[in-house]
Amino acid sequence: MNWYGVKAIYYFEMARSWRTMMQSLASPVLSTSLYFVVFGTAIGSRMGDIDGVSYGAFIIPGLVMLSLLSQSISNASFGIFFPKFSGTIYEVLSAPVSPFEIVLGYVGAAATKSMVIGVVTLITARLFVDYSIDHPFWMLVFLVLTSITFSLFGFMIGIWADDFQKLQIIPLMIITPLTFLGGAFYSISMLPEPWQTLTLFNPVVYLISGFRWSFYSVADVSIGLSLSMTFLFLITCLAGTYWIFKTGYRLKS
Amino acid sequence: MKAIISIKDLHKTYSSGFIALKKINLEIKAGEIFALLGPNGAGKTTLISIICGIVTPSGGTVIADGSDIISDYRTARSKIGLVPQELTTDAFETVWATVTFSRGLFGCPPNDAYIEKILRQLSLWDKKNAKIRELSGGMKRRVMIAKALSHEPTILFLDEPTAGVDVELRRDMWDMVRELRERGVTILLTTHYIEEAEEMADRIGVINNGEIILVEDKATLMSKLGKKTLIIQLQNSVASIPPLLEKYQLQLSAQGFELHYSYDMQQPENGIAQLLADLDSVNLKVKDLHSSESSLEEIFVSLVNE
Ligand SMILES: Nc1ncnc2c1ncn2[C@@H]1O[C@H](COP(=O)(O)OP(=O)(O)OP(=O)(O)O)[C@@H](O)[C@H]1O
Ligand SMILES: [Mg+2]
Repeated sequence: MNWYGVKAIYYFEMARSWRTMMQSLASPVLSTSLYFVVFGTAIGSRMGDIDGVSYGAFIIPGLVMLSLLSQSISNASFGIFFPKFSGTIYEVLSAPVSPFEIVLGYVGAAATKSMVIGVVTLITARLFVDYSIDHPFWMLVFLVLTSITFSLFGFMIGIWADDFQKLQIIPLMIITPLTFLGGAFYSISMLPEPWQTLTLFNPVVYLISGFRWSFYSVADVSIGLSLSMTFLFLITCLAGTYWIFKTGYRLKS
Repeated sequence: MKAIISIKDLHKTYSSGFIALKKINLEIKAGEIFALLGPNGAGKTTLISIICGIVTPSGGTVIADGSDIISDYRTARSKIGLVPQELTTDAFETVWATVTFSRGLFGCPPNDAYIEKILRQLSLWDKKNAKIRELSGGMKRRVMIAKALSHEPTILFLDEPTAGVDVELRRDMWDMVRELRERGVTILLTTHYIEEAEEMADRIGVINNGEIILVEDKATLMSKLGKKTLIIQLQNSVASIPPLLEKYQLQLSAQGFELHYSYDMQQPENGIAQLLADLDSVNLKVKDLHSSESSLEEIFVSLVNE
């Protein structure tokens, strides 16, 4: 293992995030606050409790997931896209680091950053609503697994994208709709059929449901299923990343 | 001397179908400065990129300092430093950060004293906290060199190191390259400046259309292929070359005051004595004589155009 190499990539990426920390944090904090003002306070006061949880508190896990997903994807995709775009990737490719070490450095840094942002979002939420965390350990498990999985996913997007537009298109066209329709703002039991069944094909449902369970012990789908699905996504993304390096896809000509 | 890099049957077809390298065989000796000369698109960068792991070869093998560049890439790459042709740097990083990053990336423990030494050598020490985008092009080039040297490689690739570098800095770089060689670093450089190869290299390889068309000691190459020109200055000008002298294929210049005779240095019989005698017999008085050697540039152009 080239630990110095992993460390170099990790710190390099963290330093890059650090330089832009204010922007990185300002935007999720601001958007979370807006969601709370609009959905939690203004609209939420007119809504009944869902599964015995006040609407303001109910949306918190979904909102944190929302910023976790989008931050993981954008950090990781940009982290690898940029050196590819600027050409500095040559150095990583010519260094004695294995694909696994490269992924560890880049994805590790992206996941760390989105976990920090997830936690900051949670703290921001606290300013608006009271909430409890019934299962802090499982909350962390979901937080960590989701950050890693979607950072891997973002990493793949960053490798696949050959222009800035492609970099934006998947988060914008696929991830955002899936998160909004994944039960961030409602319990899927509130949906009429066939939407309720269709929703079960949305992977984000399992993430949000599991995450919400760790807060309030209520869930749309069973916690075991949520956890298995989360692992399944992780394994899928790992396999995809492995394939990319095995074939040299879009990294080497 | 033993080979530090052996390239066997290396070929590369890009995904576009373009054949950039055709069965390259080449050995670089330990401790030498090898200059790879070739026109644009000859395949120089492709060759270097394959050895460094940036481009995947389509076939063939490369052994660098005893390690196969694919199956034992860790060992091979840790011994190689690369200064790429393009100036690609992280604009927002400081010089110090980017050079220490490189050292870590190549698996070396931190060594501030060593980094300080190379930065001083490259006159970058006072810029160590400057962001790279604040540097001039020549300074950026030196930052790239510092990055390539950060992990103390034994093999250094310089892909057109002096493109866009002023004369003074070029001299400095040449000195630095020689110093590196004295410390035992093997250097492969590509260049368009024949002058550079002529000045620096121990051996020269010429690549064209993905094929190595020649590898030779610089001195041998210069003498083997070199043509010399004898310039004969006359006391009085002539309007045309007398028929008796036609067999020498002389060229008239300087308004008829000069005759140029070119001859092959390899030929034992160069015909100069006979020419001088013949000049005398047609009553042309010689004022002065001197000779000039053809440069590597002319050799190169004639090779590539063959
Ligand atoms: N990624 C690529 N895909 C397809 N063709 C490529 C690729 N990279 C290089 N080539 C082609 O391969 C040939 C060799 O390119 P290379 O960069 O090795 O030349 P070079 O000798 O370094 O030239 P120069 O002196 O201009 O730097 C060129 O014709 C180039 O167009
Ligand atoms: Mg080139």
